[in-house]
Amino acid sequence: MTRETLILAFRFVFLVLLQTLLLNNIYFFGYINPNLYILFVFLYPIKTKRSLFLVVSFLLGLSIDLFSNTGGLNAAATLLSAYVRFPILKLILNSKDTDFKFFNLNQEPFLKVISYVAILTFIHHLSLFSLEYFNIKEIRTIFHKTTTNSIFTILLIIISIYLTKKKSNN
Amino acid sequence: MQQIAYFIEKYKYFLLFLFLEGIAISFTIQNHSYHKSQFINSANAVSGGLLSKSMSIFEYRILKDDNLRLANENAKLRTLLDLQQNIIIDTNAIKNTFITAKVIQNSYTKRNNILTINKGTLDGINIDMGVVSSIGVVGVVKNVSNNYATILSILNSKSKINAKLKKNGYFGTLAWNGESYHNSQLLDIQRQANIAIGDTIVTGGKSILFPENIPIGTIKSFNSTNKRYRNIEIELFMDMSNIGYIYAIQNKDKEEILELQRND
Repeated sequence: MTRETLILAFRFVFLVLLQTLLLNNIYFFGYINPNLYILFVFLYPIKTKRSLFLVVSFLLGLSIDLFSNTGGLNAAATLLSAYVRFPILKLILNSKDTDFKFFNLNQEPFLKVISYVAILTFIHHLSLFSLEYFNIKEIRTIFHKTTTNSIFTILLIIISIYLTKKKSNN
Repeated sequence: MQQIAYFIEKYKYFLLFLFLEGIAISFTIQNHSYHKSQFINSANAVSGGLLSKSMSIFEYRILKDDNLRLANENAKLRTLLDLQQNIIIDTNAIKNTFITAKVIQNSYTKRNNILTINKGTLDGINIDMGVVSSIGVVGVVKNVSNNYATILSILNSKSKINAKLKKNGYFGTLAWNGESYHNSQLLDIQRQANIAIGDTIVTGGKSILFPENIPIGTIKSFNSTNKRYRNIEIELFMDMSNIGYIYAIQNKDKEEILELQRND
């Protein structure tokens, strides 16, 4: 077990507990609960095997479902955002595959970090609420919930990224 | 053969993604069907235990409301007891027994809301028991483990509860359209029923899950065309965002009724 694996395991458990025991009971304005746990997907190192990353993301979502009685909703949404992370990163960084090995969220410009977080969060929330309602008649509710929840999730994730930023990297 | 291997090699991530996504969606579909108990639920030792621990930390937020509610209920029950003082109660004639439990996880803003309580099979909780609070109907037990159980809340698209007008006994079905957790909808009420805003809705006696006359709510608004009622909005008595303690109802005649229905 390397130090990196330990950090990942700790982050996994910490985010699941924070999400299910605290953040799922927030109810901002009566209905907004930020989904901070997808921060795990954003921070997951790129150089590791992609198949392992997909399985871990699936398990992350499933652990959230285990606490909140949502069947497999969070697992499906988290897996989707994990799968599209690579193509989106490619699009945002606008560079060839070889560069990703050195990708570090802390060293990228703010605009790129925020678009990376925002696009993936939006995809995650949209798939989450679409699967939850699963009815074309409810499309307005789906979009309303996706936007309002996304805004709070993105805010919280950006704050967390900059709060946990390592000084040595600057 | 080589081409198949090449195909798998080329799309292996996509295939893995599809496989896992398939599992996740099948869990979701399983969760949507009422009669199948779900595979992934919070009524297990790990998540139930953690939720229960966390609830005991944050419990102080609802204690004040809970105390007031229980005191009010006590007062009501004392009045009833006073009225019945001279009647000898035969314990064999008691049809329903109540089991108290604490809600350790609540949700009310999703489309399909499910609660978790801190009692399970060891305390006598079984699947398909009706669940009420001191104020009104809460839901029906969906999954049980030894020490925990999940409840299909009335705020769920799968929840259908037999309800009737208190004043004249016309009945319909209580369902939820997913909009506000303060309101629910009454469907399929007969045309002859004479309804008005402010009428009280209670549980009907047609279901074996709930005893008759448990309060649900009052009629808030409705449309009527040609004496056909539509969009009957019910304002719930129960504040579903703040539940606290609940009672699971054990109907002693349930087995017998189910047996009779099976024989038909």
